[in-house]
Amino acid sequence: MHDEALLSVDGLCLAYDGSNALNGVSLDIRKGELICVVGANGAGKTSLIRSIAGTIPASSGVVRMNGVDITRKPPWEICELGIAQVAEGRQIFGALSVEENLLVGAALKRAKAEQVNTLESVYALFGRLRERRRQLAGTLSGGEQQMLAIGRAIMSKPEIVMFDEPSIGLSPALTDVMFSVVKLLHEKGATILLVEQNVAKSLSLCNRGYVLENGSVVLHGSSEELLSNSEVQRAYLGM
Amino acid sequence: MLSRRRAYVCRNAAGASQSPSERVSIEISIFTCFIQGSLMLSLWLNVVASGILMGLVYGLVALGLTIIFGVMRVVNFAHGEMVVFGVYIGYWSVRMWEVPIIAAAALAAAVMFVFGYFLEKLIVKRFVNSPHHYQFIVFIGLSLLFSGILLVAFGPDPRPTASQLSFRTVSIGILTLDLARLQAAGVAGLLIVMLGAYLKYSSFGRSLRAAANNRLGGLIVGLIIPRIYAITFGIGAACAGVAGALISPLFDAQPYLAMDFTLLAFVTVIVGGLGSFGGALLGGLTIGVAEAVAALMFSPSMKTALPYALLIIILIFRPRGFFGVREV
Repeated sequence: MHDEALLSVDGLCLAYDGSNALNGVSLDIRKGELICVVGANGAGKTSLIRSIAGTIPASSGVVRMNGVDITRKPPWEICELGIAQVAEGRQIFGALSVEENLLVGAALKRAKAEQVNTLESVYALFGRLRERRRQLAGTLSGGEQQMLAIGRAIMSKPEIVMFDEPSIGLSPALTDVMFSVVKLLHEKGATILLVEQNVAKSLSLCNRGYVLENGSVVLHGSSEELLSNSEVQRAYLGM
Repeated sequence: MLSRRRAYVCRNAAGASQSPSERVSIEISIFTCFIQGSLMLSLWLNVVASGILMGLVYGLVALGLTIIFGVMRVVNFAHGEMVVFGVYIGYWSVRMWEVPIIAAAALAAAVMFVFGYFLEKLIVKRFVNSPHHYQFIVFIGLSLLFSGILLVAFGPDPRPTASQLSFRTVSIGILTLDLARLQAAGVAGLLIVMLGAYLKYSSFGRSLRAAANNRLGGLIVGLIIPRIYAITFGIGAACAGVAGALISPLFDAQPYLAMDFTLLAFVTVIVGGLGSFGGALLGGLTIGVAEAVAALMFSPSMKTALPYALLIIILIFRPRGFFGVREV
């Protein structure tokens, strides 16, 4: 299982200011899978994504991409290997136009040559971004900014996309749109790691899931197993 | 031009109902008026024009400072020293090889870009994420170090570049301008436009603006931030160096000029708005004209004081500067 995993995380620990944000998290994703990591606020979800992406270096543990250790690599080298993320808080470039945001997403060597085609496919996916391509990204609505963040991740022609709470701050209607976008990307062949607080929705979307609590994986299994687990039902689904 | 037309209109109006002798005397008095008026006017226009020309050069210096701050959130207190390096590069290359000042400016750009790039790679990058007071000490230290190097290398005495260029003038209508100043302003203006276009339209410029706008966002999309920072510092140092070389025919090369230029660049940047490209240019023009007008209206010794008075006034009424961003 380890050998065929596209991305594997093994015993990842991360300490911030003396407290442990991650306490030996292990998970793996095979190519073409859609998995989710669910948990409450402060469970370590964002820390997990950031230490995989290299923006906050892990204190110990190993992250492998296609079997190669990438734990200590800087973020730009990790991006160059095809790990993209749609970050918490979107982190778009508000002072740049929508199109410039997308093109910056394709600044990597792996994506630059095909940026015109990729841009076209992002516009085909999100018509709204095409309409607003000359507009400053900071003037977009929350939902549009989220689409821009997703579009920007697609621009890097990634092997795997990590979503950090794509539904946060969006209305229920927009949340549904966002989940259907994630589903659509998966159906088009993308490998996706979805990190969510919205446990019911994300589990029903995914093949497998991990439940994170206080920086550790407390449960993992297929979505059906987790959804029918009494602990999950009690703690996250309010049953 | 305008004044001549106005005088003509006056004369016609005055000539309508007077006897010939009265008319002659009035014409003479109006004529002397006109001469004095146009002398004053041409003096003012010349002063403002030369202020604008210097302002473009100040704008280039300030642009260097503001681009470094905008991208790296680091304040380069050694910026004036970089201008003075440029002045010495201009001074030596004109003296030794008798090259035109534009070639000296190109040399200064190349040398200072490399200098800035490696300074960032070796020293500055270690302090980019440090608190501001650490950075402050580091840059003050660098500034003292560079001044010391200049003193050891060239001594404290002013060295006049005094090329032919320093004395040549050009007349355009009633304006009479130093050729050196005109050339410096022309090149500075051109460089500002070119740099602006590069930042706006090139792919690297886009990445640079993205990194300036949101550093975490830049890391997320995989921008090579250390490379962007080193090049940004190189560009900033090159702006200072080119400006120094361009004004070397106007200023005597002297290590102590550095502090003046650092402060001037700061005033310019703060007046225009920290981190703003257009602000640096507008700030430069404002300071250039303010200096020139102060020298004419009050006394030449007020020349350095007025920009600071202007700074205080602007800080009171518009603390962000002309184009400043609120969060800065």
